[in-house]
Amino acid sequence: MNIKKTALYELHKKHNAKFVEFAGYSMPIQYSEGIVKEHNITRNKSGIFDVSHMGQLFIKYSNDITDKLQEILPTDLKNLKINQSKYSFLMKENGGIYDDLIITRMKDQYMIILNAACKQNDLQIIKNTLDDQNLDMNNNLSLVAIQGPESKTILENVVSNVSKLKFMNGENFTFKNNEIYITRSGYTGEDGFEISLPNKVAISFVEELISKGSTLIGLGARDTLRLEAGLCLYGHDINENTSPVEANLKWAISKNRINDNFIGSHQIKKQIEEGVSKLRVGIKPETRVIARESTKIFDEKDNEIGKVTSGTFGPSVNASIAMGYISNSHSKKDTKVYLEVRGKKVPANVCDLPFYKKSYVKGEANV
Amino acid sequence: MSNTKFSKEHEWITLDGEVGTIGITKHATEMLGDIVFAELPEKGSNVEKDGTAGVVESTKAASDVYTPVSGEVVEINQSIVDDPSKINADPEGGAWFFKLKLKDKSELDTLMNKEEYDKFAKETSA
Repeated sequence: MNIKKTALYELHKKHNAKFVEFAGYSMPIQYSEGIVKEHNITRNKSGIFDVSHMGQLFIKYSNDITDKLQEILPTDLKNLKINQSKYSFLMKENGGIYDDLIITRMKDQYMIILNAACKQNDLQIIKNTLDDQNLDMNNNLSLVAIQGPESKTILENVVSNVSKLKFMNGENFTFKNNEIYITRSGYTGEDGFEISLPNKVAISFVEELISKGSTLIGLGARDTLRLEAGLCLYGHDINENTSPVEANLKWAISKNRINDNFIGSHQIKKQIEEGVSKLRVGIKPETRVIARESTKIFDEKDNEIGKVTSGTFGPSVNASIAMGYISNSHSKKDTKVYLEVRGKKVPANVCDLPFYKKSYVKGEANV
Repeated sequence: MSNTKFSKEHEWITLDGEVGTIGITKHATEMLGDIVFAELPEKGSNVEKDGTAGVVESTKAASDVYTPVSGEVVEINQSIVDDPSKINADPEGGAWFFKLKLKDKSELDTLMNKEEYDKFAKETSA
């Protein structure tokens, strides 16, 4: 198979990236600083992430399209304001998740950001409901995220007026006479922005951000950052066998749509009313031992009660952290559980997510 | 480190009398990335040459640490358990893993010298 490269590939190389294959793309896992330093740079200053491997799907806007999209997404799109974004899912009839996504209502179109590994399958699913001619998976665009407390000031130096954006809202801006679209969002638990821009200006844009004080960050730190922030990684923490209710993402199902029909609605409604047997929770081992994906979880009587779906060492919380699915009867905060790591049972406690929460001085961006 | 020997599993051992000090090489730490967890054998336990004698984990993955020779664990370096980042900072010095009372000094003959190891490390990571 031909490994794809993003428009920023040469820039990654210039910054001594170590590459890994991710969803068919050659992506930087880390640069010369290493994962922990890159993680801390993002938490304390500002980091730049190339997420151009993700799908950018554009759908022409009309009332009819909105109706059809509501048949496949559990989100209230009718009340979505121009330039507003929402977190949503593509689901199976049984409530399992095909992909998680961010949908933004732009003036004349919807923009949907899809996971790289899922985007082709997502397109097929959407095509089952929507006309091909209304859909455009735009491969001429890059997607860059800038995250961390200094990002607002740094990006403002490159693109005037971005700091007025509110969390989960976007707007059109220009960079070197090219139209770009910026939303205030991210995947790190930090204040930040995601910028959709033409491939041809991607390198010069990122170079400007670097010259203003930001730093390229690889996928390795992206993973420790998102896990500390309690955010799900598709294919690990959510997949076709987990529903949004089981994943504790019920908040993303619009309340006024619970009684509507959309793919998976029957199951979602049932799960909300009757409860679920397993639930995604945060888990904190009592030692520094890392409980990685597939680690078995046991109760005090040695019954297997669940599995870890993501686990790492969180540099900002200075502790081992994990999330996973656990039987509902053991999902309460502070429940003592045991994780089987290399044949030993490591004591751990169920905890609230996120592991890391920013305390904002100014209440402008509610991340 | 002229009396230091190296294993193909990227451990080093320096002999002082009957006791060998064991750690992992700088090359190993560079391959692993930031180390965030270390587990050591128990003091007083016996370990067999090429057997597992600990674990190190980076943010990405876990790796076993093997002992290059057999013997009894007489001392462990608790400071790298408490602060595993020391392993990246000084792998072939202060961040040693454990000390062994050697069972059979001739096992050292199966190991590489510095020059051989450097060549091995270069070839296997290319």
